[in-house]
Amino acid sequence: MNYLKNNPDNVAQWFFAHLWLSVLPVVVGLVVALPIGWIASRYKWSYPPITNLAGLLYTIPSLALFIIMPSILGTKILSPVNMVVALSVYSVALLVRVVADGLNSVAPDVRAAATAMGFTGFSRFLKVDLPIAVPVITAGLRVATVSNVSLVSIGALIGVPQLGSLFTTGFGRYIPGIVLLGVILCLLLALVLDGLILLGSRMLTPWQRAVAKR
Amino acid sequence: MIGNVFDWLADGSHWSGEDGITNRLIEHLQYSFGALVFVLIIGIPLGLFIGHTGKGAVAIAGSANALRALPTFGLLVYVVIQFSGDLPADWAYLGPSLFVLVVLGVPAVLSNTYAGVQNVDPAARDAARGMGMTGWQVLWRVEVPNALPLILSGVRSSMLQIIATATVAAYVTLGGLGRFMIDGLSQQDYAQMAGGAILVAVLAVALDLVMAVAQRYVVSRGITGRYARPAPNADVVAAESRLEV
Repeated sequence: MNYLKNNPDNVAQWFFAHLWLSVLPVVVGLVVALPIGWIASRYKWSYPPITNLAGLLYTIPSLALFIIMPSILGTKILSPVNMVVALSVYSVALLVRVVADGLNSVAPDVRAAATAMGFTGFSRFLKVDLPIAVPVITAGLRVATVSNVSLVSIGALIGVPQLGSLFTTGFGRYIPGIVLLGVILCLLLALVLDGLILLGSRMLTPWQRAVAKR
Repeated sequence: MIGNVFDWLADGSHWSGEDGITNRLIEHLQYSFGALVFVLIIGIPLGLFIGHTGKGAVAIAGSANALRALPTFGLLVYVVIQFSGDLPADWAYLGPSLFVLVVLGVPAVLSNTYAGVQNVDPAARDAARGMGMTGWQVLWRVEVPNALPLILSGVRSSMLQIIATATVAAYVTLGGLGRFMIDGLSQQDYAQMAGGAILVAVLAVALDLVMAVAQRYVVSRGITGRYARPAPNADVVAAESRLEV
């Protein structure tokens, strides 16, 4: 913990870089995954190819993807853009299936009731289908965010500064305390982000608590 | 840039010798499958026990998810620095790395095995009991065959995590395909780095496909067949099981 005392600015900078690198890809991932997941749930024939492709992308090890990115994007190897794009790809891959399954979980009766009340097309999607799918989607968001925090730290191997830099610094000096500080801060970040998503999910689905109370 | 990568891969001299691709590939498979064997020995019996008896379910849902948040790379570096000094030279880096690979691989197998057994239709279980099957028979003849798709998808995601982390282990002086990425970076040789990255990606995808095919033949046709439900993504199952707790 001496390292934290002597280099508070470094650690704070790495912490916020880590936060940003973990959250941004999930946001991008959700924005991209929503329409694709909608297509997969709306048109049944498209579900297997879309989810299979997503599974295939999810298979590629992260370090490999970080390194392959520059040759696809034409970026520099040290650019954080490689990581943001690679992690966004993972988030999309994970969330597409989650969004599709979430939308599929809406009971046909509920849909029929909504239609009978006059909801059509996009407004039904926005006001009925999507809110009902929220718990499933946020479960996926939690997985994507928490695993991103861990994956971001691997970026230290290709020299992108964030909390993972504590691992490489610690290994370079062979001091376990520095590495442990990094592990603890990563866990803390994952825990806080996970808690925030859970809180958001509760706020978006007040009816779940109402049902529980009865 | 891409041309250079393929030149690097096509160069025969890069494939032979102790630090050649062939040998690195074998090392990578040895680490990965070595760790996977331990993962299966620990994860499957424990998952079956918890699923069958219902004991300890809350504990595994919690710990499996806490482990997901643990930064792989940090854990690896920490365990190596902390314990390599106490181990015989041959095991100084290999031992801690294998330990970390096992720790990371267990949760997916354990939680999927548990979830698979737990999700078996209670009517099927009751019917088996009604026919006079003992607890063991219910487990082996009803619960395991029905849970197999989920168990195997847990094994798959565990295997992929292990292969990915075995790549990172090259940083702590281990062999395997990760060497090309780590060495390529320090030598500023992008062709070597990207070549290694492509090899790892191809290895992961190929092994996953092999498992997918195996799954098709191992799982009973009554369960896949026309009534097939897509095996839920292991990670999401774990997240959902936590939500229920």
